[in-house]
Amino acid sequence: MATISLIQAVNQALEQQMEKDPTVVVFGEDVGFEGGVFRATAGLQKKFGEMRCFDTPIAEAGIIGAALGMAINGLKPVAEIQFSGFMLPGYNQIVAHIARMRNRSRGRYTAPLVIRMPYGGGIRALEHHSESQETLFAHIPGLKVVIPSTPYDAKGLLTAAIQDPDPVIFMEPKRIYRAFKQEVPDEEYIVPIGKAKIVNNGTDITVVAWGAMVREVQKAMKTLEGEGISVELIDLRTISPIDQETIVESVKKTGRFLVVHEAVRAFGPGAELIAMINKHAFLSLEAPPTRLTGFDIIVPLDKGEHHYIIDPKRIAYEVKKLIQY
Amino acid sequence: MLIKKFDPLKKKMLQIIDVYGNIVDESLVPKIDDETLLKMYKTMLLGRIADTKAVQFQRQGRMLTFVVNKGQEASQVGTAAALEKKDWLVPAFREFSALLYRGAPLEQLYLYWYGNELGSKYAEDVKILPINVPIGSQFNHANGIGMASNILNKNEVVLTYIGDGGTSHGEFHEGLNFAAVFNTPVVFIIQNNHYAISVPRNKQTKSETLAQKAIAYGMPGIQVDGNDILAVYAATKEAVDRARNGEGPTLIELVTYRLGPHTTSDDPTIYRENKEVEEWEKKEPLIRFKKYLVDIGLWSEEQEGKEIEEITNYVNETFKKVENSGLVPLEDIFKYQYAEMPPHLVEQYEEYKQYLEEVNE
Ligand SMILES: Cc1ncc(C[n+]2csc(CCOP(=O)(O)OP(=O)(O)O)c2C)c(N)n1
Ligand SMILES: [Mg+2]
Repeated sequence: MATISLIQAVNQALEQQMEKDPTVVVFGEDVGFEGGVFRATAGLQKKFGEMRCFDTPIAEAGIIGAALGMAINGLKPVAEIQFSGFMLPGYNQIVAHIARMRNRSRGRYTAPLVIRMPYGGGIRALEHHSESQETLFAHIPGLKVVIPSTPYDAKGLLTAAIQDPDPVIFMEPKRIYRAFKQEVPDEEYIVPIGKAKIVNNGTDITVVAWGAMVREVQKAMKTLEGEGISVELIDLRTISPIDQETIVESVKKTGRFLVVHEAVRAFGPGAELIAMINKHAFLSLEAPPTRLTGFDIIVPLDKGEHHYIIDPKRIAYEVKKLIQY
Repeated sequence: MLIKKFDPLKKKMLQIIDVYGNIVDESLVPKIDDETLLKMYKTMLLGRIADTKAVQFQRQGRMLTFVVNKGQEASQVGTAAALEKKDWLVPAFREFSALLYRGAPLEQLYLYWYGNELGSKYAEDVKILPINVPIGSQFNHANGIGMASNILNKNEVVLTYIGDGGTSHGEFHEGLNFAAVFNTPVVFIIQNNHYAISVPRNKQTKSETLAQKAIAYGMPGIQVDGNDILAVYAATKEAVDRARNGEGPTLIELVTYRLGPHTTSDDPTIYRENKEVEEWEKKEPLIRFKKYLVDIGLWSEEQEGKEIEEITNYVNETFKKVENSGLVPLEDIFKYQYAEMPPHLVEQYEEYKQYLEEVNE
């Protein structure tokens, strides 16, 4: 057991899987020699050589398209996109090819690959460095979309993603890359894709969050506890496919539902979750299932970003509104 | 014709002032009036000082992440100076001094890097597109602006930029092909500063020069000493004239060097030797141009001292203004999304205002 940060957990999972499976290759812009702009791949080229961990030219369609070819021909590619905002030139490859390969070849060809990318705001970044694009992937049939919120889950989920038979989009909340450390087992373990985690058992309201928002909800819970409000907090962990059972069971118990996501609201995961609850837990509801999300605007630069990023105060406010409904 | 004479396939690179500030070939010296020469030099000084200061401010925790330009001033000013008032400049993200030369006020450039969108709202008569972060995409915008100029008979020229790493991107190639096919009046500048963050130029492409890529697209290309402002200007001016005369696009590779980190978040000691940096320090662009100006009697040490002092005060004053500019008004983050705010956004805005009132913020 070592006490490590989320970014170190990513590094550990990559190293362990490369060690175990010689077909795992890791690549992307600045990934090889430097070890990644966030150091996610630090030390890997040194240990496994330039054939298995390498720098690519700046070309996201090239990176992601080549990952598909590698996966078809016997490798397990783990591609890094430097920031999720720069995935867009490769989005064509993801949507038009990676997500469809299994279906269109009726299982003859598959795409067991992982595309990792830091995402999300709150780091006072430049343009295109703060967005949360999970909806763009979750909307696409054939993809799995995973977002860890702790070092423990990051390692277990990334290990699962690398071993998964289907393409996994692995989004890393960069705001909490180094925000806190956690004890993580040294040996390999799996956190299953498609399973949400009940972080806190509660009775009054179910709150679902993921990525950096999980901690913000936890901070809000400190205030709410003092006011006698008991929150059941669920970390979704996999955005697609959604763990319907865990969430529906929880809402049936608490009768109230709030989803908190950093991504813009329109047509997002919040809407998906609420539709699911309306279908499966409608008769248990004591208040309208509600979403607290980013506004439907371009994420502002630093001097306006505080309005966009959801803080514990706003979470507590929304929860109280639903309790008092 | 410089572009014919300096064939990148024959490994010829245009240079007019050498690293010691001596003229290599008198016949190549471009005709530039004294006032313009001084404006060019003073802008380079301003660029250098404002850049150095921004890094200092960042280290003091007063500035956000800043893209560092030190060493690339000749590439930036020499190209921008070849444009006319009505022409367009379509930047990537490392053209600080080019933007200054074209009339973007320092206050706005600082404001942008300080995290305020107003930093991208230039005055109506400043024909610069906002800084472009997604690598390569600006090439296609430049073409579109050029195509509009052709179709609407505006006779404008477009100057656009990319880095050496950017030449790997799909949009670089789509852009050059479009340019040649539609004969757009665009001058494409590659600032080859030898690195794309940590990745050296020779890992980015197997082409011997970046300029030679032009040939495959059916346009001329030329490689130029990017730290020699006279050479940069001469090549760009020729390309701008070609574009203006309807002769189409040109690709110019400027060989320069990023003396600082990629951005203030980057640690270049991980991927390059100090010795290499020291070698390039000797070839940096200001020393050379200054010597030339002193030699022709346009500049002196006294003027230099006075100018540096004035610029330093101006930069400090400007940054103070930026620091005092405060936060972005709430309304602004909503109201520029559409010409008219749609109902769902009005609702989000109103609900948030009500929240702020209730919690007393
Ligand atoms: C499409 C895209 N991918 C990745 C990035 C991240 N990124 C920012 S700058 C940079 C390196 C650029 O190198 P180069 O083109 O040589 O320009 P320089 O920074 O040296 O001026 C990278 C990879 C980006 N901005 N856009
Ligand atoms: Mg470069």
